[in-house]
Amino acid sequence: MSKKILYDRFIFLNKLIAFTFSLLILFFYFSFIFIIGFKPEILGILLNNSYITIGIVWGLSIIFFSIILTLAYTLISNNFLDKIKEKLKE
Amino acid sequence: MIFFFSIITTLLPSFVLANNNESSYFAAIIFILFVVVTLLITYFASKKTDVKENYYAAGGKISGFQNGLAIAGDYMSAASFLGISGLVFYSGFDGLIYSIGFLVGWPIILFLISERLKNLGKFTFADITSIRLEQSKIRMLSATGTLVTITLYLIAQMVGAGSLIQILFGLPYEVAVCIVGILMIIYVSFGGMIATTWVQIIKAFLLIFGASILAFLVFKEFSFNLSSLLEEAVKVHESKMEILFPGKLINDPISAISLGIALILGTAGLPHILMRFFTVPDAKSARISALYATTFIGYFYILTFVIGFGAIVFLSNNSIYLNESGKLIGSNNMAAIHLSHSIGGDVFLGFISAVAFATILAVVSGLTLAGASAIGRDLFVYVIKKGNADEKTELKVSKVSSVVIGIIAIVLGIFFEGQNVAFMVGLAFAVAASTNFPILFLTIIWKNLTTKGAYYGGMIGLLTTISLVILGPTIWIEVFGFKEAIFPYKYPAIFTVSISFLAIFVISKMDKTIKKNENHKKFEKLTRKAYLGG
Repeated sequence: MSKKILYDRFIFLNKLIAFTFSLLILFFYFSFIFIIGFKPEILGILLNNSYITIGIVWGLSIIFFSIILTLAYTLISNNFLDKIKEKLKE
Repeated sequence: MIFFFSIITTLLPSFVLANNNESSYFAAIIFILFVVVTLLITYFASKKTDVKENYYAAGGKISGFQNGLAIAGDYMSAASFLGISGLVFYSGFDGLIYSIGFLVGWPIILFLISERLKNLGKFTFADITSIRLEQSKIRMLSATGTLVTITLYLIAQMVGAGSLIQILFGLPYEVAVCIVGILMIIYVSFGGMIATTWVQIIKAFLLIFGASILAFLVFKEFSFNLSSLLEEAVKVHESKMEILFPGKLINDPISAISLGIALILGTAGLPHILMRFFTVPDAKSARISALYATTFIGYFYILTFVIGFGAIVFLSNNSIYLNESGKLIGSNNMAAIHLSHSIGGDVFLGFISAVAFATILAVVSGLTLAGASAIGRDLFVYVIKKGNADEKTELKVSKVSSVVIGIIAIVLGIFFEGQNVAFMVGLAFAVAASTNFPILFLTIIWKNLTTKGAYYGGMIGLLTTISLVILGPTIWIEVFGFKEAIFPYKYPAIFTVSISFLAIFVISKMDKTIKKNENHKKFEKLTRKAYLGG
């Protein structure tokens, strides 16, 4: 494979991953925000006989999801994308 | 060396005088220990800060893990510790909306900004925008954006620091503001980024440690069952079940979305945060810093949530912590502090108080350094001297600027005593989201961006943000005392960010002075460097 093609693919892959991951987190977060804005009662539904509401579970899972996504992104970039980068820099 | 210790000996008596009980005695000991250690670090760092790389970026020798901690220390202000747990205490769930917003900016910074920032820039984020755009104009805009953001943020921190220390240590407000100001001037002017980094690392460790114990003690009372903690909180809170879902603070869709945008894009445009990514050696460690920062900050916000609900349970009916009208002594922001006393006694209260003090110092130091580099590097070297200034003069200007910024912060801190300055943090985020972020982001991803587009578009973004906040309810009604606001929304970001992006887009498209081919070539070069490194 020529270097030019590899470079183009590398940039494409980088952008694809960066934007997909960004859209995932933004979607998860803004769907939460939209519900707060339009139908907050939904977030007040209690989960099976406890005092934990859907809103609290959703909110806390956005925090966990953020951490997991950053971990996944860092692993992919540091192990997979950086190898292609090294090839390109040779 | 002698100078540093004379500072401590001048500080010491004021603490001893202020001591009226065991907790503030203990707090003073821990705090003075913190000051001694950080001043020692500053002393050793000061021997290295005659080189630009060391002064602005700690020589690029900070590891990913260390930088992650330092970022957390730079970002988690006393406002987010005390403010958010206070917000949860006051209205339950709504506090969580803020914490999540403050966190979600972090993955975005990692995916879109951090490694490109490291690959393209050296010391300030204007280094990146000026790669393909005209130096002096774009540096002027970036420096203006930086200075507006950090000044607003600094005022809020200083006023908060003054009143907090007044309550915790019994020191007069002005003395408290001066202590914070003088310490930050010393850290930043002598120790530069090296000292600032270590102040932030130690603070982050202390804050996470203290908050973990506090949340642990709360949770232990409920045998680690979240549902029973919430059940107890609902029983004693006056809003009952309403504390379990959104309502009180944000009740219309525009405000909710707008606040979300301001928090996410604002975080990605805060100059003191962006600057931290230049302190690591390569793109790999830049990503690792963002990963650790996200993890620490996320974990910390989960703790504040538990602490806030704990405060509802333990403080709501406890007359020791309430005044005659049944409100928390010293405002809702004291919830975490009172909780530490109620659940951990005098010694723990002392520890948490000292941590809160250290927290403020770390944040204001980061802000001051970002401001000083905007003046010394962007304004002095590239706007005034057109790039012709030697390293020595540049550093001298930066160091003097840090002293001037410190003095201005002290004066403004005293001037705004007793005022409601919470809106200034919101305004700082709005400015960062509508000026700094759009020009940085578009420089990296949009090939048709031109200097004119970025310059005038960014200016329009900045001016619209400031005007809409002044005309909005927070200033027009609460500060000026008018009956009705001209602009109805508290959070303008949804409008100002759109206006800013639109203005940059339209003006760039209309710009006929630029040669398209040349612009695209510069963009190709920038992209190559952004992804492959220097």
